Amino acid sequence: MQYSWDWLVFFKPSVTGEGLYGWMLLRGLAWTVSVSLVSWFLALGIGLVVGVLRTVPRRSMRMPAAVFVHCFRNTPLLVQLFLWYFVVPELLPVAWGDAIKQMNPTTNQFLTVLACLTLYTGAKAAEQVRSGIESVPASQRQAALALGLGTLDSYRSVILPQALRIVIPPLTSDFLNVFKNSAVALTIGLMELTGQTRQLSEFSAHPFEAFIASTLIYMAVTYCVIRTMRLIEHRSRVPGLLGAA
Amino acid sequence: MGYDFDWSSIARAAPYLMQGMGMTAFLVAVAMSIGVALGTLLAIARLFGPRWLAALSAGYVNLFRSIPLILTILWVYFLMPVVLRSVTGDPYLTVGPIYAAVSAFVLAESAYYCEIIRAGIGSVRSGQMAAGLSLGMTRWQALQSIVLPQAFRNMTPSLINQTIALLKDTSLVYVISLSDFLGAAGKIGQRDGRVVEMYIFVALVYLALCSAGVALVDRLQQRRMSRTA
Repeated sequence: MQYSWDWLVFFKPSVTGEGLYGWMLLRGLAWTVSVSLVSWFLALGIGLVVGVLRTVPRRSMRMPAAVFVHCFRNTPLLVQLFLWYFVVPELLPVAWGDAIKQMNPTTNQFLTVLACLTLYTGAKAAEQVRSGIESVPASQRQAALALGLGTLDSYRSVILPQALRIVIPPLTSDFLNVFKNSAVALTIGLMELTGQTRQLSEFSAHPFEAFIASTLIYMAVTYCVIRTMRLIEHRSRVPGLLGAA
Repeated sequence: MGYDFDWSSIARAAPYLMQGMGMTAFLVAVAMSIGVALGTLLAIARLFGPRWLAALSAGYVNLFRSIPLILTILWVYFLMPVVLRSVTGDPYLTVGPIYAAVSAFVLAESAYYCEIIRAGIGSVRSGQMAAGLSLGMTRWQALQSIVLPQAFRNMTPSLINQTIALLKDTSLVYVISLSDFLGAAGKIGQRDGRVVEMYIFVALVYLALCSAGVALVDRLQQRRMSRTA
């Protein structure tokens, strides 16, 4: 069994007629990065709101937030994706369902993956935000209330500025997971990096080069995310507070 | 809401769904037991090994933690046969989806478990190791009879959490068409035209299983809190 290595395969024209083989990987990377980044920013918003709701005094607001987080954290991502892609359009009013099915397939897949990843990641981020808020000493909240601040103001100007700094390091791993989780998109046909890798390995008959290249690309993405989060952590640090950690 | 629900195909397909659940349970059990064992070795290598071994272990863990699990599964499924063929010289060797899935999960999960176990060993105070050494134990003896038992007790909740994550991750074998619980349900749903009911049912079953795991972790943590308090 002889395997003939050819690292120049990325610069050869693809059998699909869509330019070079290397472009396939780059197009895949573009999908991976765009779906991951957009859903990450939306997920941060959800995580912030839901995480705060889980800690407010009113039980009627805490409960729905807790149920949301529990359901989205405790089902497999792939099952959630299938629910969004195969189940939700059937359960919506017929006209809406038809509108979704008649969409441009790529747009449809992109939006489905986006919704799915956003809610899944948002639930995870909410847990981090909640534990960050809980790690702020209770005396801070009491002091804020004693100063006459309402619930909203005490969150905005006392609790959250401290809690959000605490959650930056643990959020790094969630940020990394978005990029990795976006690979499930290939199961509904969105050709992100892993999907393109598989296609490239079949079309070009150079599977090792394709898989090694995409592994290196994922590692590079991981490295960039870690550097970015370190930078944010460093920039947002209050001198003298949490500085030693 | 123009959809007519019909849940009867779930009951009819129960034996096949149970087979799928068996495959899921098998994957979880094997990946967990070998993953924890290998993860422990990797963590020990990284903490106490010579520098080259520690670096090797760190590289392994970082590699598998930075690529998607689906990519790992595809690596093993498509490329392991090629490697094995050239190693063994048998041009007709095949691996099959079950062995591929098991190997992929063992490779990736041992990296995930390693990080937990490393943190667990780190949570045991360094005086414990020193005390063991001063009693005349070798490093290895102190590790296995003093440090590791305490470490494993500390990290049981995290290990269970990781196993819940593993249960959810096993559904990814869908990409190599292995019939685990999700795969089996998907096939039945497609055959009967009842995809909607099937996927809702699957989601509820996974939710129930994971909730049981989460409840177990909560109980363990409460017990520990009351013991230390």
